[in-house]
Amino acid sequence: MSDIYSVQGITAYIADILSSEPPLQDVHVRGEVSNMRAAASGHWYFTIKDANAQLKCVMFRSSTAKQSVEPRDGEAVVVHGRVGVYEARGEYQLYADEIQLAGGVGDLYRRFEELKAKLDAEGLFSEKRKRFLPAFPARIGIVTSPDAAAFRDIQNVLTRRFPLAEVILSPTLVQGNEAPPLIVKAIERLIRDNTVDVMLITRGGGSIEDLWAFNDEAVARMIAASPIPTVSGVGHETDFTIADFVADVRAPTPSAAAEVATPDLGEYRLDLERNNEILQRLIVDLHQTYQSNLVVSNRALKQTSPERHVANMRQRIDDISERIDTQQQRNLALLRERLETRIRALDNANPQALLKRGYAIVKRTDDGKLIQRETDAPVGTGITIQLNEGELTARVEDKDSHGQYRRTLF
Amino acid sequence: MDNIDELSFEQSYDQLEDVIAQLESGELSLEDSVMLYEKGRQLSQRCQQLLDNAELRIKKLADDGSLSDMA
Repeated sequence: MSDIYSVQGITAYIADILSSEPPLQDVHVRGEVSNMRAAASGHWYFTIKDANAQLKCVMFRSSTAKQSVEPRDGEAVVVHGRVGVYEARGEYQLYADEIQLAGGVGDLYRRFEELKAKLDAEGLFSEKRKRFLPAFPARIGIVTSPDAAAFRDIQNVLTRRFPLAEVILSPTLVQGNEAPPLIVKAIERLIRDNTVDVMLITRGGGSIEDLWAFNDEAVARMIAASPIPTVSGVGHETDFTIADFVADVRAPTPSAAAEVATPDLGEYRLDLERNNEILQRLIVDLHQTYQSNLVVSNRALKQTSPERHVANMRQRIDDISERIDTQQQRNLALLRERLETRIRALDNANPQALLKRGYAIVKRTDDGKLIQRETDAPVGTGITIQLNEGELTARVEDKDSHGQYRRTLF
Repeated sequence: MDNIDELSFEQSYDQLEDVIAQLESGELSLEDSVMLYEKGRQLSQRCQQLLDNAELRIKKLADDGSLSDMA
């Protein structure tokens, strides 16, 4: 009779045989996933099957953590691992350390498109949901891995552009199967803290598997639900993730996220210089305006001053004097003219002129009185008759003997 | 008037633009405009000072919500 084994003994024996078969210790198996269960411990339990067979699989947390993508029921996968025995249940199973989607990247795109279509249908990508970013974010929340180059890039950009900011890092894993719930938590922390003005959710470049955490539904919903404006900056220019679609602003890279979220103080420096110049010019202009106003006012003041009035009066007086002078001249001329008329008249009245015309002037010889009537020269009066040339002396005779010369008197 | 030395960059800058707009309106008395000009210069200096002294501060937000300085 052969040996009798204990259950444990025979199980160990089987286990030993399996583990001593090198091909079973490093094997790839293709199949379709079913009964996928991710335990709280971080282990994954699932079955892969094809038409006629199935194989139980377990993947421990040490391996699942490195896995970017969690397999889903119905998906074709290629699982790598070793075949061993789970002695407590008396089952052999595949201890998996790596799972790849059989469709590779194509499968990932399909998942991506499915989730995208679903969230889009819910309106999570709607332009109407997008909020403006604050112009001056005093505090900037950053959801990323503190050790990654992306975080250093962000710091550099912020130091250069907007060193006034205070950065609040909410650290998280950004890669691997465990990253999505940690990203969700990191965002939640910032929301609870409630002091940041904007939130950057970023990760540096990598393969589509590396960036896969940002195509996670829970992450997308958390970003969409954030009351704080969000900026995504995941991977490179050409990478699009679901996070990009739900964020308020999508930036192509982590550095770009830091740039779109902040003003460039360099520009403000220039602005400040310009403002200083404007200020300077304005105050100079103002002074000039007041200065010229003052000049105008002074002129107006002078026009109403007594000095001006006096000058006015003086001018009027001058005017009047001048007019008086002119009038006076005119009067004098008139007088002179009249005088000349008189003189001419006088000339005409000159007795000499009469004498020239044959008249004579008769005077009494003794007193020279002009004889104008008969009584001025009684008979016997000596008279002098003044002629134009020379004079005659004579004696008045008796009227009756006129015309007769009477010698008898002598 | 606020104490200019306690204004943030954003506040100082906004006020500076305000001052300039007021001066540009040209509807001020000489006295007011000189006062505004002086305020504008102080605001401008405040902005400059904040820019010159700005240094990025980084803190880390822990799970329990506490903040700690990062090197």
